[in-house]
Amino acid sequence: MMENIYLAIPLAPLFGAIIAGFFGAQIGRKGAHSVTILGVGISFILSLVALNHHVFNGAAAYNDSVYIWMVSDNIRFEVGFLVDNLTVMMMSVVTGVSLMVHIYTIGYMADDLHNWPKESLAGTNAYQRFFSYISLFTFSMLMLVMANNFMQLFFGWEAVGLVSYLLIGFWSVRPTAVYANLKAFLVNRVGDFGFILGIAAVVMYTGSLDYYDVFAKAESLSSQSMSIFSGTEWSVISVICILLFVGAMGKSAQIPLHVWLPDSMEGPTPISALIHAATMVTAGIFMVTRMSPLYEWSDAALSFIIVIGALTAFLMGLIGIVQNDIKRVVAYSTLSQLGYMTVALGASAYSAAVFHLMTHAFFKALLFLAAGSVIIAMHHEQDMRKMGGLKKYMPITYWTSLVGSLALIGFPGFSGFFSKDAIIEAVHHSNIPGHEFAYMAVLSGVFITAFYTFRMFFLVFHGEERMDQHTREHLHETPWVVTVPLILLAIPSVFIGGFTIGDMLFGDYFGSAVYIADNHTGLAEVGKHFHGAWAFVEHAFAGPAIYLAALGVFSAWFIYMKQPDIATNMKNRFIFIYRLLDNKYYMDDINAFVFGGGSRTLGDRLWKVGDVTFIDGLLVNGSARLVGWFAGVTRRLQTGMLYHYAFAMIIGVLMLFAIGLIV
Amino acid sequence: MFADLPLLSLIVWLPIFGGVAVLLSGDKGDANGVRVLSLVISIATFVLSLGLYTGFDSSTPAMQFVEKSAWIPAFDINYHFGVDGFSMPLIILTTFTTILVVLAGWEVIKKRPAQYFAAFLIMEGLMVAVFAALDAIFFYVFWEAMLVPMFILIGVWGGERRVYATIKFFIYTFIGSVFMLVALIYMYYIGGSFAILDMHTLRLTHDEQVLIFLAFLAAFAVKVPMWPVHTWLPDAHVEAPTGGSVILAAIMLKIGGYGFLRFSMPITPDAANSLDWLIIFMSLVAVVYIGFVALVQRDMKKLVAYSSIAHMGFVTLGLFIVFQIWENPANTEGTGAALAVEGAMIQMISHGFISGAMFLMIGVLYDRMHTREIDAYGGVVHTMPIFAAFAVFFAMANAGLPGTSGFVGEFMVIIASFKANFWYAFLGALTLILGAAYTLWMVKRVFYGEIANDGVRALKDVNSREFAIMTVLAIAVLVLGLWPAPVTDVMHATVENFLQHVSVSKL
Repeated sequence: MMENIYLAIPLAPLFGAIIAGFFGAQIGRKGAHSVTILGVGISFILSLVALNHHVFNGAAAYNDSVYIWMVSDNIRFEVGFLVDNLTVMMMSVVTGVSLMVHIYTIGYMADDLHNWPKESLAGTNAYQRFFSYISLFTFSMLMLVMANNFMQLFFGWEAVGLVSYLLIGFWSVRPTAVYANLKAFLVNRVGDFGFILGIAAVVMYTGSLDYYDVFAKAESLSSQSMSIFSGTEWSVISVICILLFVGAMGKSAQIPLHVWLPDSMEGPTPISALIHAATMVTAGIFMVTRMSPLYEWSDAALSFIIVIGALTAFLMGLIGIVQNDIKRVVAYSTLSQLGYMTVALGASAYSAAVFHLMTHAFFKALLFLAAGSVIIAMHHEQDMRKMGGLKKYMPITYWTSLVGSLALIGFPGFSGFFSKDAIIEAVHHSNIPGHEFAYMAVLSGVFITAFYTFRMFFLVFHGEERMDQHTREHLHETPWVVTVPLILLAIPSVFIGGFTIGDMLFGDYFGSAVYIADNHTGLAEVGKHFHGAWAFVEHAFAGPAIYLAALGVFSAWFIYMKQPDIATNMKNRFIFIYRLLDNKYYMDDINAFVFGGGSRTLGDRLWKVGDVTFIDGLLVNGSARLVGWFAGVTRRLQTGMLYHYAFAMIIGVLMLFAIGLIV
Repeated sequence: MFADLPLLSLIVWLPIFGGVAVLLSGDKGDANGVRVLSLVISIATFVLSLGLYTGFDSSTPAMQFVEKSAWIPAFDINYHFGVDGFSMPLIILTTFTTILVVLAGWEVIKKRPAQYFAAFLIMEGLMVAVFAALDAIFFYVFWEAMLVPMFILIGVWGGERRVYATIKFFIYTFIGSVFMLVALIYMYYIGGSFAILDMHTLRLTHDEQVLIFLAFLAAFAVKVPMWPVHTWLPDAHVEAPTGGSVILAAIMLKIGGYGFLRFSMPITPDAANSLDWLIIFMSLVAVVYIGFVALVQRDMKKLVAYSSIAHMGFVTLGLFIVFQIWENPANTEGTGAALAVEGAMIQMISHGFISGAMFLMIGVLYDRMHTREIDAYGGVVHTMPIFAAFAVFFAMANAGLPGTSGFVGEFMVIIASFKANFWYAFLGALTLILGAAYTLWMVKRVFYGEIANDGVRALKDVNSREFAIMTVLAIAVLVLGLWPAPVTDVMHATVENFLQHVSVSKL
């Protein structure tokens, strides 16, 4: 029974994607969104059934193969599912957010034809294609989280990357969009490069791709070492963990592989919410959590992770302050929050990372969809400098945005508060090298988050109305297909944290799915002081985070509402810092110059010098010319004139004589 | 049903005689009769070749469907056919691809269609014979004969610089094969037999093996082609008509890889072992160096040609890492050698589908715009959306996306190469980045963005014939990518036997 349900969960959206994708012209817009919403809806309901089965009925983890892909060299390559409490939570979040986004898309893409040139045939069924893609994404993401082996994980990993590529470049007529999708795919491939080497290392040292087989050998791996450069010894488990984490750095956009995520905002807003905030970018967080039985054996890897995460959380939040595009603010906020999750992983607080992943999925999807709602109302204007005072025109969007913003900054009692505070506390109590730095980073990140979030909030919804007359006259609240998902996402953004923190973080929710070594006590220390959600809120008033957040909100209000000239003054006084942030630490320029330009130059040199000049010019055509020259010389000898031949004969005879005389 | 028929002879001679019949029917009548006849012959050949799969006993490494009779008794040269798990899938790939090539030339070829289609049919028979031949001289005859139709195809239906390209193609491959002929004759002198399987067991000293190995290398490295003897391929592709490019990429290059499996490694295992560093080096250079070169190509066909060289690098890498996999003391969990060789085989078949598809796609554009310059395109997705969907799909397959066949072989070889040496895997895995970069950058420039010019604006989307070809290839790429077991299962016994043989020193 359950096997069929597990199978139906990914297949239902795949079915919807196939119908909408291949028969979009026949079934029309209504048919396309109906069939895909039906597919994702079924998937969501069945995911809840699975959640109930495992969490509330306490069923044991399910681990079985669906079919054997191939057997080679006694290694089974298969497609199979591992469903436990971690999986069902991810499945519910993915399908739930996806369902909301599907419904929302009906409104967002309704007038999509405007985005295409009239002559474009690709624009005619773009609406149907969009639904096909987001359903295909849901399928891919489910395959990723439900995998019970590394090959399927990699399949899902790359498949979500493919859909992300297709969706970022959805408006394929825009040069920025098709630049961004290529960039996203290639940067992710850099991560996947590490990831596939990690998988190869796993196969080399365990002879298996199956999670449970590999986990069972984790302890023995921790005592082995390998030599990468001759004469050096590397711990096998650390090499595996760091290589796999490089994959996570690509997918979950950690420094320095984060550069693709801000550009991915070129895609339509629903996918920014679904893929580039709530689900796909958290795949790396999920993966490391799933691999906790490996990571727990390598303090080196955990230390690496916590430092990378802290850098991302802090540096990306800073960039969020100087952005004027509403979606980019949310995008940098996503980067920063992914950094928080990564820090939690490094502190061995896997459950806190996944907990934040879940709450973040709801409130960040909410913020993105709210931003999309604003963008619809503003006739696809995304610059916050041309907004302001939208509160009275869009009450539902306003209030749901407020909920999302409060959840993001960690307002006491909201979902984001519980998850973020748990991470900060866990890092505080961690003993991994680098945790002091990470603690400072995540703590100052609280102020930064509050500041940029409410800067955005005030600029968009309060103050002076800076849009042009035409736009102002047409301002109104968006239709129900847009606002209902906002409301439905606002509810968990407020409540889900407080309801689940006790079980997920300090109870036995994850059971055997997450393994924590005895000496990694960060989260357990926090748990000692945990006496229920309400006490956790009270306890927070004793720590610095809550006051930093309040200060951030106040500063944003003071600078952008009360004394707007401060912002300009600050900008002029610290122009160097402003430029650094505005240019995103120049990382895009460096990448474009070193990797983009460098590889093109290298390719060009190898081609022109290596292939054309050396191999073809010198060796191939050179030997052809040599043969030609030799033939030319010998041809000249054959003049056809008798006396030339006679002369040659006489010379020959004389030479023979000469040789005879010498010998 | 097929059991009593001389199946291999039928698969070889049906297209050859069929091709002669097409040739004789001439260009005087209507071109349609010629096409239909060619299509019928190619489909019939394909159906016959399926009998090889259904009748194949995958539990044994022995040669199957064996036919043997004397040909030139004075030198003990025999008419000798047979297939095992290596050659059988490649034969089916050949007969499959020929159908698509015939379809691809349908109304496109206006100049001497009878001769054009005849050349492909004859070449099909010759290529099948190369894969099926078990007598070295018999093999050699087909190996050389196969060049002739290709030479004619490029020379007659080719582009502007076709003469340069054909001469380069012919001389490159011919010089390579002469060394092979010398090696074969030498082995006949000391062993007294031209049977390939006898040569497998022929005892040779290390020095003899090295010389024979290098002679074979000259022949096969050119065919694959391996860096640095690859420069004929981009030129040949650029000048060849679409069908010629497809056959060249999908089948002819595989004959080089097949040669290593059938000749070099089993006949000279000790030389292969001591010179494996050379082949591995050349393969990794092919993956990395050629990857960068592909990035900067401006001609789509050249780009895909370089991409072919890079992908074939995985074939030779997979074959020659087996020695180091065995010798690596850290490799304690299973061997990985079978994974490497099966990965190389899968890579060959997959590359047959994908490179064939890529060249057909370029052909579709070329037929409409008469240019292959990337810069001449832009925004094709707006006028040819269905075609663009296929293009993105095959581009992703070329970039090795899981779920497509392009992933399977690369994944297997990368995993296996880690067992030989971390750095082999490291350099090989760079293809993830490079392959995606050159393929998708081309897709971006050709298909995305605004409509670049009036030529693109006037483009018509694929017709039903082109749609059918693309669909068939897309299905093949997907099936092999989602379920490679049917292909790997037929080669397990052969691979095991092959590795067993190669691992034993002849000294």
